[in-house]
Amino acid sequence: MDFAFLDQLWLARLPLIKGLGVSISISFLSIAVGTLLGIFVGLALTYGYKPVQWLVRGYTDFIRGTPVLVLVLASYYVLSTVGIELGPFQAGILALAVFCSSHVGELVRGALQSIPKGQTEAAKAIGLTFSQTFAYVLGPQALRQALPAWVNTAAEMVKASTLLSIIGVAELLLRTQELISRTFMSLEFYFFAGFLYFVINYSIERFGRYVERKTAVPS
Amino acid sequence: MTNNLLEIRDLHKRYGTVEVLKGVDCTMRQGEVISIIGSSGSGKTTMLRCINMLEEFQGGTISIDGQEIGYEMVNGVRRRKREKDIARQRALTGMAFQQFNLFPHMTAAGNVALGLVKVKKMSRDEAKAIAEKWLDRVGLLSRKDHYPGQLSGGQQQRVAIARAIAMNPKLMLFDEVTSALDPELVNEVLQVIKGLAEDGMSMLLVTHEMRFAYEVSSRVIFMNQGRIGEEGNPREMFLKPKTERLTDFLKTSSFN
Repeated sequence: MDFAFLDQLWLARLPLIKGLGVSISISFLSIAVGTLLGIFVGLALTYGYKPVQWLVRGYTDFIRGTPVLVLVLASYYVLSTVGIELGPFQAGILALAVFCSSHVGELVRGALQSIPKGQTEAAKAIGLTFSQTFAYVLGPQALRQALPAWVNTAAEMVKASTLLSIIGVAELLLRTQELISRTFMSLEFYFFAGFLYFVINYSIERFGRYVERKTAVPS
Repeated sequence: MTNNLLEIRDLHKRYGTVEVLKGVDCTMRQGEVISIIGSSGSGKTTMLRCINMLEEFQGGTISIDGQEIGYEMVNGVRRRKREKDIARQRALTGMAFQQFNLFPHMTAAGNVALGLVKVKKMSRDEAKAIAEKWLDRVGLLSRKDHYPGQLSGGQQQRVAIARAIAMNPKLMLFDEVTSALDPELVNEVLQVIKGLAEDGMSMLLVTHEMRFAYEVSSRVIFMNQGRIGEEGNPREMFLKPKTERLTDFLKTSSFN
């Protein structure tokens, strides 16, 4: 049995852990910011005045029609030409969050529109204002509706975080590649990286299932 | 001044170019139970929905307890009131819907308590007590922790009525509340409404249950093509209809 890989793994543990940490931070931040932004996008798409709807619709269609890699590169290289200087980490998060927001926006819109009109009417009929109706009646139902698809989007964001290696963010994939160029153990380390990504996404999925179970409505 | 609970004057309502209410006048005193009958498309549900501003209307006025609903005149221009004021006015009336429209993510008690806590600003305990009182009243106290999905249609409708009535409205609006129910479940809902009528609750019912309208109403309004075709006490209306329209309508209805 050859323990060379385990030796190398042990030697490289710190950069790998750092890379993993960076990957998790990128994913977490872009999902959090993207989701928050996406909720507003979804609200604007559903309840906004017509001009607002068109504007936001244009935004989501444009973003969703653009490859994430292009967004990442644009955010890093193009923004600096108009005087917005972002480091690779910030630029990457911005690109991923924007991407995430357009997807979450669509999820939220779909979920809100799937709620029967009678719900809004019943809420109005007992005297709830619009914001109360949203907070207590529509929002909670939309949340349950959108949750499974949101988990998917979150997993996509974790995968998309690898694209930040292109602009030099030292996340898990870049660290792995550096390691491979030193040790030439491409099979082992790519597999190992793949395993770590799987663990992250599997945790997200379990978490989603847990929330789904917790919020399930008995019937 | 007037002591009418509800006053509708020359109510006009259009959907695009189609006029569905062509000038409806109606007054109602405290404690009256009025059934609105008529064929589908005659405007009865629309009229009911205008009363709590679930529908906008283009002409005429609706007042409840002397308060003009939905619109105000500002410098001679008719203007929709602010959303917040409309929300407050909606609390003057309670409404039960054909499709129940219970909030599926809340228990029966949660459904009833929501408005009490958020609109009436009651404490949770206070709201819970009132919710339980009304659930008891509709015979469903034992189901207070059940979710709508766990209740039968008739039970859901009774919870929906409790939810509306718990808000202590001046006027209850019932929009074909038994139309979506299986025949064997209709009666339990009608019994609840009957009980409320006996308590002196002012009610406006759009209904296809002619026998029930006959028994429970103090007055019946027959809507025909966006206008009031005929109105009167139930005995006159059902047994000695004056207009041909009503005669024809009653022939095709379940009253016999």
